Amino acid sequence: MNGFGSFIASPWGSVLAIAGMTLVTFLCRIAGVVVMSRVRITPRIERGLRALPGSIILATILPTVIDSGFPAMIALAVAIVAMAVTRIDIVGLVAGLGTLAIIRAFG
Amino acid sequence: MTLMSPAPRPHFSYSGLRQGARAALPAFPGFIMFALAFGTAAAQKGLSLGETLGLSAFVYAGASQMVGLEIWQQVWTPTTILTIMTVTAVVNARMIMLGATLQPWLKHEPLPRTALNLFLLTEAGWLIGTRYHNEGGRDVGVLLGCALILWLVWLATTFVGFFAGALVPEPKRFGLDLVMPIFFGVMLVPLWKGAKPALPWLVAGLVSLIVHALVPGYLFIIAGALAGVVAGMLIE
Repeated sequence: MNGFGSFIASPWGSVLAIAGMTLVTFLCRIAGVVVMSRVRITPRIERGLRALPGSIILATILPTVIDSGFPAMIALAVAIVAMAVTRIDIVGLVAGLGTLAIIRAFG
Repeated sequence: MTLMSPAPRPHFSYSGLRQGARAALPAFPGFIMFALAFGTAAAQKGLSLGETLGLSAFVYAGASQMVGLEIWQQVWTPTTILTIMTVTAVVNARMIMLGATLQPWLKHEPLPRTALNLFLLTEAGWLIGTRYHNEGGRDVGVLLGCALILWLVWLATTFVGFFAGALVPEPKRFGLDLVMPIFFGVMLVPLWKGAKPALPWLVAGLVSLIVHALVPGYLFIIAGALAGVVAGMLIE
């Protein structure tokens, strides 16, 4: 144990920390596939999974954008409208970021 | 690219890799800004170049890398290593759900390629892949090509951030602090299939706002996403 303790306290501890973080992250990455390959996908489960992409987007951006204030909300709206009109993701992104930069420059 | 009638069977092609790499382009700005910020913060925190690149190359999950920096140690003990592993698992638990949606697409793939694909799984790459899949595409090469190029961008910009972080202009001035949320918002548009299928999104958004107001940290993402999935299961 003492040998292990001094090993961890050496620079090898960082390697171990990165390895540990990598391991748990990889387990998170594969767990969904492993579980779903053992579960029969019922229509109900399929509906739930179909709701995930939009749900994860809103859950991620809504608190961030609201915390960032009014200019961020306008910029997000402009990005979404530009994307809806053109269907070109780069155009939506540039429109949103451009709007934000302009509002901040004059605000 | 839009194949509406019967979707082809899942397959893999090298031309798909190139198509995926091209499709990844709109995610570049977000990756670049985040990795620059991470590389800069890691250098300021006193991490070596090897540690910084190791985190970006192997953990490869921005939020958990940033949180990891906050509890990074000069001298490690078994307890601090377990702590950083636990915190990492909590921040990255949302990836379980991303993988779950990919399973039907990947189930006939050879195991090593699926392991690589999942090792490189990120929300941005997954969103681009999901959009392609929704439009009828089934080439797993697209998913992998997108993932590979994003990983390279992430690693290269971590390196730049480590050395040149101080030279990067104030990101706020160009709206670059919100690159990722705006990219996510843009990716919401092709997912739109009418108001009713979007009801769970509303639930997800509300729950994430509530959790964000009550609980510190990144818990609001997984709480909101889970609420959305449950709502999707309950709404007929």
